[in-house]
Amino acid sequence: MSAPSATAHGHAHVAHTGHHELGFIRTYVFSTDHKMIARQFLFLGLFMMVIGGLLAMVVRWQLAWPETPVPGLSGILKETQGILEPSTYNMAFTMHATIMIFFVIMPILAGAFGNFCIPLMIGARDMAFPFLNMLSFWVTGSAGLIMLSGFFVEGGHAAAGWTSYVPLSAVPQYTGVNWGQNIWCISLFIMGIGSMMGAINYITTIINMRAPGMRLFRMPLVVWSLFITAILLLLALPVLTSGVAMLLFDRTLGTSWFRPSGGGEPLLWQHLFWYFGHPEVYILILPAMGIASEILPVFARKPIFGYHAMAFSLIGIAFLSWIVYGHHMFVSGMNPALGMAFTVTTMIIAVPSAIKTFNWLGTLWGGRIIFTVPMLNALAFVSMFVIGGLSGIFMASTPVDIYIQDTYFIVAHIHYVVFGGSIFGAFAGIYYWFPKMFGRMTNTALGYVHFWPTFVFFNLTFFPMHIIGVGGQMRRIYNPLQYEFLQHQQHWNVFITISAIGLGLAQIPFVVNFFWSLFAGKKAPLNPWNSNTLEWTAPSPPPHLNWGPTLPTVYRGPYEYSSPEAKEDFLPQTQPPVRAAAARH
Amino acid sequence: MLNWWLPENVSTYGHDIDWLFHLIYWITGITFILVAVTMIAFLVMYRDRPGRRARYTHGNTPLEIAWTIVPALILVVLTFLSLPAWSRIKMTMPQTDFVLQVTAKQFNWQVTYPGPDGKFGTEDDKTFLDEMHVPVNKVVRVNLKSQDVIHSFFVPQFRMKQDAVPGREIGQWFEVTKPGKYELPCAELCGFGHSGMKGWIYVHTAEEYAKWAAENLLAGSGAAPAEEKKSESTMEGKAKS
Repeated sequence: MSAPSATAHGHAHVAHTGHHELGFIRTYVFSTDHKMIARQFLFLGLFMMVIGGLLAMVVRWQLAWPETPVPGLSGILKETQGILEPSTYNMAFTMHATIMIFFVIMPILAGAFGNFCIPLMIGARDMAFPFLNMLSFWVTGSAGLIMLSGFFVEGGHAAAGWTSYVPLSAVPQYTGVNWGQNIWCISLFIMGIGSMMGAINYITTIINMRAPGMRLFRMPLVVWSLFITAILLLLALPVLTSGVAMLLFDRTLGTSWFRPSGGGEPLLWQHLFWYFGHPEVYILILPAMGIASEILPVFARKPIFGYHAMAFSLIGIAFLSWIVYGHHMFVSGMNPALGMAFTVTTMIIAVPSAIKTFNWLGTLWGGRIIFTVPMLNALAFVSMFVIGGLSGIFMASTPVDIYIQDTYFIVAHIHYVVFGGSIFGAFAGIYYWFPKMFGRMTNTALGYVHFWPTFVFFNLTFFPMHIIGVGGQMRRIYNPLQYEFLQHQQHWNVFITISAIGLGLAQIPFVVNFFWSLFAGKKAPLNPWNSNTLEWTAPSPPPHLNWGPTLPTVYRGPYEYSSPEAKEDFLPQTQPPVRAAAARH
Repeated sequence: MLNWWLPENVSTYGHDIDWLFHLIYWITGITFILVAVTMIAFLVMYRDRPGRRARYTHGNTPLEIAWTIVPALILVVLTFLSLPAWSRIKMTMPQTDFVLQVTAKQFNWQVTYPGPDGKFGTEDDKTFLDEMHVPVNKVVRVNLKSQDVIHSFFVPQFRMKQDAVPGREIGQWFEVTKPGKYELPCAELCGFGHSGMKGWIYVHTAEEYAKWAAENLLAGSGAAPAEEKKSESTMEGKAKS
């Protein structure tokens, strides 16, 4: 595609929209503008994060002070005066994980940043299929609403864990949950459809709609990460979608996919679930890796170290993520010979993650590091991801996994990856793109007040979980004091819960900062961080169709910081090269 | 030095697991310290100061190769160190004449002894609820079954864990080196009674075990068998047979 034709195309679009202003509904509710859809996904994710976070507090209270009234719950759990019953507790941790994974991290990282960054950073006016994009949000939002409705049905919400292992989840009598589990299935089925719509859109947009000069290997790494994430979403989510449909049929139509009494196979569910579930982990972490790879060069004022190694390690992770899932099933009864094969692949998948970590360190080396709020969150991402990655090696070793499987060691590991990784990545991204997304700067002081307590309390909450996990505490138990071998470490549970409450309170400055900045923040300039990528050439916030009549043309890679070619320490992708211009004369 | 973390090990293969655990602990611990120290050093050394300009570099191929190959080698070695223990614990079954059947259900462990005739499924079987008696220094084979949902047979001090899956019978083994009383929790979420689903494994010396067996396993002995016997374990557990 040549530059002039793109320009002409752009002209036509701008002229077209100039004719009629969109009404309130089309602008804010049923919008097809990728930036508005991104904001909608962001608000959905942040709203759900409040619910998921409160559920975590309930779980932690029970574990520290078992069977005492949870403050604030006496109004809801009237019969027990606020004391959690085992079935309510099972529901709380099941829904904490379900909400955080499917309705917080996926909407924020893949939904919000995917929608916001992809068109703006590759120089497109919108997604390839704007209407499908709108549908994707509303389908996902409906799924979220359906998921929340499960709290109000008779028998309570799903209580078989976010993994919903069968036959526990397949037969209502086993949990006492009837409609809650059905709603869980229906909601995830719909969510799966919504995410497929988004994934198709992302892939098509990245392949077809890059601005002139935006070669694949000139794309910012966050776009690469979202591209790979979209491929994983497209290939992994349908497996979950089919799985939950089969589970729902077992529950309501009397089929026997998973119930041994009818000839079904319980392990089939685990194979389907983890075949989706392991790529899912990378769906949750890859965009955060991309965000960190974007922010580190900007605030180290230095090109990313090993751009190609970064891009290829993303691709490597994506490939390998399909053949490691069996490490979730080492003690499930799966053939132990298969366990050996999965050990090998699982060990290998640590290599691309190691490559990424070393390249992030390389990016810091010799830089001129500016400790802004997004940078601090990105650095937290890198360091916490290192811990989460290293603790994964324990599980990759099958004999060690025999012991730590299903203990708090696993809980610590997953939280270092999806909170220490994905959530710090999300915070970094929110602080970094907020000026472009909403046209206003966030408050820096409040940003520090949010970051430091979050970082400290995060570690105080989740690091001791390794210790109690090694001590043998099983995950998903209601009361550790029921076990003699766990009683000596109960003080850790109290410590973790107090830290978790601190972690929860540390989010208040974020909420204040977010809403205060939304309405009263300082107006953002075009390029507040002196970045190179294309989104900073569009106004803050970008108008419908992002740029004026001319689309940007790309002349170089995205990380040309402190280049000798430029007087300033940055060189935007759109700036024509001096040498080429001189050579023509 | 980490023994205050891990519970005491009393099984023959527990050492293999603990040794690997400690090895990985040191490898990952040292890696973490190196990465963290490097990162903090860079953050201090290369912090923004007036008049400085960042180094303009896009990477270094020999370095990329080095930090791909070194972790890969370490991980390959770890893999090969892990496989023998895995094979010994999960893929081989030592010869033994001591076989028990454990059928999990919501929310109990049903431990069945074959009785004097040495066969399961006969009249003289004895079943105990949440209670298992075994002799020390003897290989014990456990045939794990479940009659409803998935449970997980976990004995922290034995470093042993295996899911019990309805429709399957999974053979496992352990050999204990120290007499005592060990907790047997369920490690896989199995419903509202999951927490607190546990039994006790009593490991006796040979003489004590013989005494216990004489009192409890012989036909007509005064044992208190579990209230639910074979007849009820048909629903899910027998589906495969």
